[in-house]
Amino acid sequence: MQRTAEQIEQDLLRPVFHTSKKYWVAVAFATSLFFAGVAAFCYQVYAGIGVWGINSPVFWAFDITNFVFWIGISHAGTLISAILRLTNATWRRPVTRCAEAITVFSVLIGALIPLCHIGRPWLAFWMIPYPSERRIWPNFRSPLAWDFFAIATYLTGSTIFLLLPTIPDFAAIRDTATGLRKKIYRVLALGWQGTPRQWQRLETAMHIMAIAIVPVAVSVHTIVSWDFAMTPVPMWHSTIFGPYFVAGAIFSGIAALILTMAVLRKVLRLEEYLRRIHFENLGKLLLTMSLLWFYFTFAERLTTWYGNAPPEMVVFWDSIRKNFAPLFWIMVFCNFLIPVPILGIKRLRTITGTAIASCTVVVGMWLERFLIIVPSLEHKFLPYSWGTYRPTWVEDTLMAASFGFMALLYLLFSKFVPMISVWEMKVGLQPHGGVPVATAEGEHHGLVLEGPLPTDVVE
Amino acid sequence: MKALYALYPDPEAAQRAVDSLRAASTELKFDAQQIVILSGEPHEGYEFTDEHATRRPYRWAVLGAAVGGTLGYLLTTLTQKSYPIPTGGMSITPVWTNGIIVYEMTMLGAILTTLVVLLAGAGLPNFKDGITDPEIWTGKILVGVADPPENSQAELATRLRQAGASEVKQFAGISS
Repeated sequence: MQRTAEQIEQDLLRPVFHTSKKYWVAVAFATSLFFAGVAAFCYQVYAGIGVWGINSPVFWAFDITNFVFWIGISHAGTLISAILRLTNATWRRPVTRCAEAITVFSVLIGALIPLCHIGRPWLAFWMIPYPSERRIWPNFRSPLAWDFFAIATYLTGSTIFLLLPTIPDFAAIRDTATGLRKKIYRVLALGWQGTPRQWQRLETAMHIMAIAIVPVAVSVHTIVSWDFAMTPVPMWHSTIFGPYFVAGAIFSGIAALILTMAVLRKVLRLEEYLRRIHFENLGKLLLTMSLLWFYFTFAERLTTWYGNAPPEMVVFWDSIRKNFAPLFWIMVFCNFLIPVPILGIKRLRTITGTAIASCTVVVGMWLERFLIIVPSLEHKFLPYSWGTYRPTWVEDTLMAASFGFMALLYLLFSKFVPMISVWEMKVGLQPHGGVPVATAEGEHHGLVLEGPLPTDVVE
Repeated sequence: MKALYALYPDPEAAQRAVDSLRAASTELKFDAQQIVILSGEPHEGYEFTDEHATRRPYRWAVLGAAVGGTLGYLLTTLTQKSYPIPTGGMSITPVWTNGIIVYEMTMLGAILTTLVVLLAGAGLPNFKDGITDPEIWTGKILVGVADPPENSQAELATRLRQAGASEVKQFAGISS
């Protein structure tokens, strides 16, 4: 059944106007996790960074794993949304905002983790390039300085990319709401009226943003990979790390997006909008990325094994046969052996199937980050400097809190902003799903009727 | 602000109303700029929307990118030259690593300029009470005349009805 513009409006704005008990339970749970992390962080600031399990030679562990993991998750949103916008994929409409929100919040959380790691977060401003009285300039040769610029650009771009298309939806809420809510949304809508000129400018801006954000997203995870690849540590100093990290980031990002969509459709009752076709299409993308992940992992490991350099082989065998073997093989199962059959067999590529596959991928990709970082740091070039690493309760709590914080930000966002773009869904009702069609005269006209309506608007 | 307007269920009817109002603007003594069109979604392929299409934001974005890139170049080279650390004979201002900063600043310049150009071009933010009707969010298109001449209102209402509107409405400001 095709829904009318009025029904779309009512369905998608409902979560903003009405709050269920389940929502508050979820908020309470996420908040408690978040505050557990705040407590652990306060303890760490009071007692010093020594309360973490990191020590020479493993100076980076859970924190950097979580940093890379969350920056990777961020690739779900803006990158995928931008590509789907540029290719005019009509099925993207219910998906893009969910995805873009994941990006903004996960980059935010990723950017907070180095603040915890530096031990003295009140000195974080030393990272900002400013002329201090001691004339200490940031070292632009350091990948950590590149990280600062890349993440700042990505966070700025993703936030703008998320918020621009919400302005018309804020205006819709402003014109429908009453009382305090109306006043709040009046400010948020910035005086949007919906004139043809405003729509033209918004669509042009979104097009430019989509063009600009794709190379930024690729650069961000490439630069994150260079944090490792620029270092002479066994199995880090590799040219494959850039594309390997980007592929892994998109892989984990799509998995996170599918999981989030599966939760949202139940919690916000969006079953009519987030439908099987969306999970199926994203499932196919996840399958492609799973195969790509396997290809990169195999290529990286094969090159190391064939080179047979003693310092690298120590790390190689430690992760495959010795201390880290259980984690390594769980990672292979989670990232390849479980998702590929689920996503490859059409009968299994259901909403539940893709959600299960995504769950394993998220776990597998976290393990992948951990296995890139810790085994290499435990076994650097000189055997006398080898060591071991075990996480402490502070690190465990901070990691759990990062998930809680993500859930909390997402829940609060879904309370204030429709999680599916209302106006974009209405464009889907137009002939050709709002996609301009070239006529014989070479003009674009939305009135030309040919072919079926897009599947996201017709049941 | 006052206005006389009608709501149309489809863009074809809205285009008819706009054409009719434009044709009558001289006769009824109002400026074509006073014609107001509002919708809850963009419509492509109609004269009333396509006349606002422009390539200017793209040019501004390129200019913003150039400014961002230049700032990135200046930031890296000037800071490195003002405090040249010992580099063991390597370049004080290495192109490879500075290029990364320049690249990110270039993209940031394009992104921020796009935002500014959008806000300026769309006239945002604007908190003055403008004409609005909640029905535009249910798929209807509002076409009307802002501050219409007193003695032409009957004729304007007729023209709005002839284009396919069932009802002509008056707007006399917003109650917040």
